Amino acid sequence: MERSEAELIAAVLKGDRASFEPLVVKYSPRVFATARRYARRESEIEDIVQEVWLKAFDKLASFRGEAPFEHWLMRMAVRTCYDFLRGHQRNRESSFSEISEPEEDWLDRFVADPGSAPEDADAAKLLVNRVLEKLSPEARLVIQLLEIEDRSVKEIAGLMGWSVPLVKVRAFRARAEMRKILARMTKDKYL
Amino acid sequence: MNVAELQRKLTAAARQQTPDDRVPYAFEKRIMAHLAERAAVSGRVLWARGLWRAAVSCVALAIVCGAVSFFTPVAKDNPKDLSQDFENTLLASVDQADTAP
Repeated sequence: MERSEAELIAAVLKGDRASFEPLVVKYSPRVFATARRYARRESEIEDIVQEVWLKAFDKLASFRGEAPFEHWLMRMAVRTCYDFLRGHQRNRESSFSEISEPEEDWLDRFVADPGSAPEDADAAKLLVNRVLEKLSPEARLVIQLLEIEDRSVKEIAGLMGWSVPLVKVRAFRARAEMRKILARMTKDKYL
Repeated sequence: MNVAELQRKLTAAARQQTPDDRVPYAFEKRIMAHLAERAAVSGRVLWARGLWRAAVSCVALAIVCGAVSFFTPVAKDNPKDLSQDFENTLLASVDQADTAP
């Protein structure tokens, strides 16, 4: 008979390490999807997910069961991704000279007529990933959670342990930072 | 160039990206192996830490005993030193057996 999540967690806390495995199997796809939003290389993604699970095992006693285990785990995953971003800021200072040809074409189309550049084009997706990589860790996280994943300010505050006003301030700064990067990118290309 | 519109378009493009949730083969086994390895290491670390503490305590005790025996003045009417006392105590039973009829 399949054991419930609460039973598995209780068993792990009693010292039965093997009961942790079904939880890893069940939630790894979600943790991988989250990690892939913040890291590009597969080795980095695997490192992030591994760290999330090791942290989850170490801190399992702090899980009180008031919220679903998945929420608790995803909070840990997002925080681990944020730590990863803070530790890997090396790509931020590079220029936009390495933009690929399809991305350049997409930008040219946008400059000629903003309506003619489709949002679902692969080039637009590549371009936005490039721009996101240039943002500061705080800005990237806020843009990702607020603008892309469409989470509320309150939700982000709870997820990151920040206050609501702090999230609002960071969101304002993040949008401004993104606009600045876009302005720099277009200036590099067209001026 | 309308930067605000470009930002809106690119954000919309990012929203359309569905993140890949593929899990590498036997990833859970790797996590469980890491946990098992850490548990073994933490057991060894626990033992090593205990042994080091015991060693430090023994060295401290030896230093204190040495200092006490070094600085304790030997009474002139009792010229026997600590080693002789110790030997006498240790061999007391043998001496008694020798002197017994």
